[in-house]
Amino acid sequence: MLLEMKNITKHFSGIKANDGIDLCLRKGEIHSLLGENGAGKTTLMNILYGLYEPDQGEIYFKEKPVKIKSPKEAIKLGIGMVHQHFMLIPAFSVLENIVLGSCSFLSFLKLKEIRKKIQDMINIYGFEVELDVPVWQLSVGEQQRIEILKTLYYGAQLLILDEPTAVLTPKETEDFFLIIKSLVHKGHSIIFITHKLKEVMSISHRVTVLRGGKKIETIYTSKTNEFELARLMVGRGITLESKKPSSIGNTVIEVKNLYALDDRNLNILKDINLKIREGEIFGIAGVDGNGQKELAEVITGMRKATGGKIIINNLNVTNLNPGEISMKRVAHIPEDRKNTGAIMNFTIGENAILGHPDFFKDFFLNYTKVKEFSDSLIKNYAIKTAGSNSPAWSLSGGNLQKLIIGRELSEKPLFIVAVHPTRGLDLGAIEYIHKMLIKECEKGVAILLISTDLNEILMLSDTVGVIYKGQIIDQFPAKETSVERIGLLMAGVM
Amino acid sequence: MFKNLIKKLSTEFDKNKYFIFIKLCIVIMAFLIAFLLTSICITAAGANPFEVFISIIKGAFGSPERMTEILVKATPLIFAGLGIAIAFKGGFWNIGAEGQIYLGAIAATIVGVKINLSPFILIPAVIISGFLAGGLWALIPGLLKVRFGINEIILTMMMNYIAIHTASYISHGPFRDPDGSLPQTAELFKGACLPVIINKTRLHAGILLAIFLCLLCYLIFKKTLLGYKIKAVGANPRSAFYGGINVFNTMIITIFISGGLAGLAGMGEVCGIHYRLLDGISPGYGYTAIVVALLARLHALWILLAAVLFASLDIGAGFMQRTTGIPSSIVCIIEALIVICILGSEILERKLMRKKVEK
Repeated sequence: MLLEMKNITKHFSGIKANDGIDLCLRKGEIHSLLGENGAGKTTLMNILYGLYEPDQGEIYFKEKPVKIKSPKEAIKLGIGMVHQHFMLIPAFSVLENIVLGSCSFLSFLKLKEIRKKIQDMINIYGFEVELDVPVWQLSVGEQQRIEILKTLYYGAQLLILDEPTAVLTPKETEDFFLIIKSLVHKGHSIIFITHKLKEVMSISHRVTVLRGGKKIETIYTSKTNEFELARLMVGRGITLESKKPSSIGNTVIEVKNLYALDDRNLNILKDINLKIREGEIFGIAGVDGNGQKELAEVITGMRKATGGKIIINNLNVTNLNPGEISMKRVAHIPEDRKNTGAIMNFTIGENAILGHPDFFKDFFLNYTKVKEFSDSLIKNYAIKTAGSNSPAWSLSGGNLQKLIIGRELSEKPLFIVAVHPTRGLDLGAIEYIHKMLIKECEKGVAILLISTDLNEILMLSDTVGVIYKGQIIDQFPAKETSVERIGLLMAGVM
Repeated sequence: MFKNLIKKLSTEFDKNKYFIFIKLCIVIMAFLIAFLLTSICITAAGANPFEVFISIIKGAFGSPERMTEILVKATPLIFAGLGIAIAFKGGFWNIGAEGQIYLGAIAATIVGVKINLSPFILIPAVIISGFLAGGLWALIPGLLKVRFGINEIILTMMMNYIAIHTASYISHGPFRDPDGSLPQTAELFKGACLPVIINKTRLHAGILLAIFLCLLCYLIFKKTLLGYKIKAVGANPRSAFYGGINVFNTMIITIFISGGLAGLAGMGEVCGIHYRLLDGISPGYGYTAIVVALLARLHALWILLAAVLFASLDIGAGFMQRTTGIPSSIVCIIEALIVICILGSEILERKLMRKKVEK
């Protein structure tokens, strides 16, 4: 046993990000860590890498108990981590990037020796890397190899790879897997963080599934299948009472043959078609990264469509800007509440009117009215705060989300786009937000609900669509389906 | 003991009042620390710090003439400081106020030496041309930043040199005073000169315009949607875009106003003091103004105070050098230490506020 983590628990402001998680890793093993965003994968790995200190639990490395207080100590032990975002200096050459941080300030650079050592490593592991090229000239896949090489050069025996394939093209992913396999042959062990089921099945020996901060199961990939993993990952059964079907009216929004690019200018949305009617909640289920974020952004004007049409109340709103779309009485509860939905350095009052048509029309802005309005939001939505002059950063996640939802609903929308509205919130806030959405729906508002939480989707939606690789591969009434079926669709196996 | 005091006070005040109280305490403390550190420097230089401080104060406020001189010095700092504060609030790191000052000076000079009209037309004309020239000059790096994402800090800074040397070319070359031997332009027509508001001093109407614009900027941020939009774009462009704000237009407006205000500083120097363009018409006002804006925490009304503070230190420094023999550059140390202490205190303030919020 190379590594054992026992009963790891970590709280963040009252929420259990890790709740008694056990993880063990053998020498020469590829161990996948599978779970949705917010399941606690990254927290657990940050604990192992010394970035966080656990509230409880022990770590044994090579059978010895260790306390890892910083990444430096982790590296010393032989634990290396490759982050999702590379930590390379673009203007430096590959060699310089690898050397960087490995020698102390006062020691002389013995570049010749180091070069030889690195060249040997490259030969042993079969990397295709040139040492004298500046990093900015390299592709993402090559940069990733440099990151791996760097951790190996520091003497890592255990490599933590945080969603390494998220940034890679399919061809690069194949190359990457070859490298991983050669590392394992040489006796290294790998923890592979991902939420892609196919990759788990094809590369890893064992897999540990996390959900909601808890370890669900550790299994051999040879003894399981994608379907079972999907089920474990998203959870089974509906624990909360689902919404009553509401009376459904005319079509509010129609999306026709929609195409769009992602941040890397790759096609992410491919021919999306959907229709949402008055009083209908349309839930989009899917594993994160399959285009749901981009879909919400295109509909609300935050991202340009490259093809297709969006029609809201018989008006073509394709590629209008967010302000214009908001004027068509479209509310948007964005995925990233801290960096999109609110301005953290603004007061609660100033945030309460962000994009609010009642305040965004005249040249003058009446701050007395702003205060009245935000006080009413604080009261009506039970936002816990010292007052409307407090900065938004002083709010907890749940209260900030209530503020955003309160603002958006006060615009009396006909159509709401809600993206991960309850992610990372405590149960009380989740319940409250669900109630608010159901109430809106009963008023006849059309709602597009995007969530990776399958329970949430099934509980709230009238219709469920499953998004996979930028396409809605199937849609059906929520009543006529099962978690199993959605799980399979989400995994792309059906 | 200090902790207990805070605790006691915090139970008596509500939270917002507590924040203001904390802010005030911290600012006073920052000033005290700055003066303490300067005292150490002065002692190390072999002088008596009290003597130095007193002679600076005497130098600055010793006579009515000196006090008007403070306002004369403060005027360009207020204009340019306001311009910088607006740009910084709006997320544009304008280091180019110096260049924009020169452009404002050039434009005002050209209008003032070419057109001879009554002051009722000509004074508005020089003001508008100074504003336009500074604003358009700032729009060059502005557009490059907003459209192509080029770093505005480097651009604005480099453009300062172009502006300074263009002004030098104009006063040496095409607009050089044909009757004079010095490299400077001819004098402006009378109609283009800003009136002196106190007889026998250099204090000109520019200070009134500066104070008026301070109030106007204060009101823009306090009362208008434009102020809100500028702040929102500066604080988080993505959230602003989400909130339906046209980020591109807002930034362009911000940058134009910013450059224009700095341009007015150049106009004021030409039309209020020298009545012509000459080399080095701004001894780095554009850079001092950055410090003024930061010290005022980008707040329009505080800029008045910060500009006056820096101007009086400047005026007092000359007097101090003459009377005590300590080099006037000691004032630079005082200025630097005040800024460091004030900006450093923000960290402390934020920490205390966060603590309070968490409770």
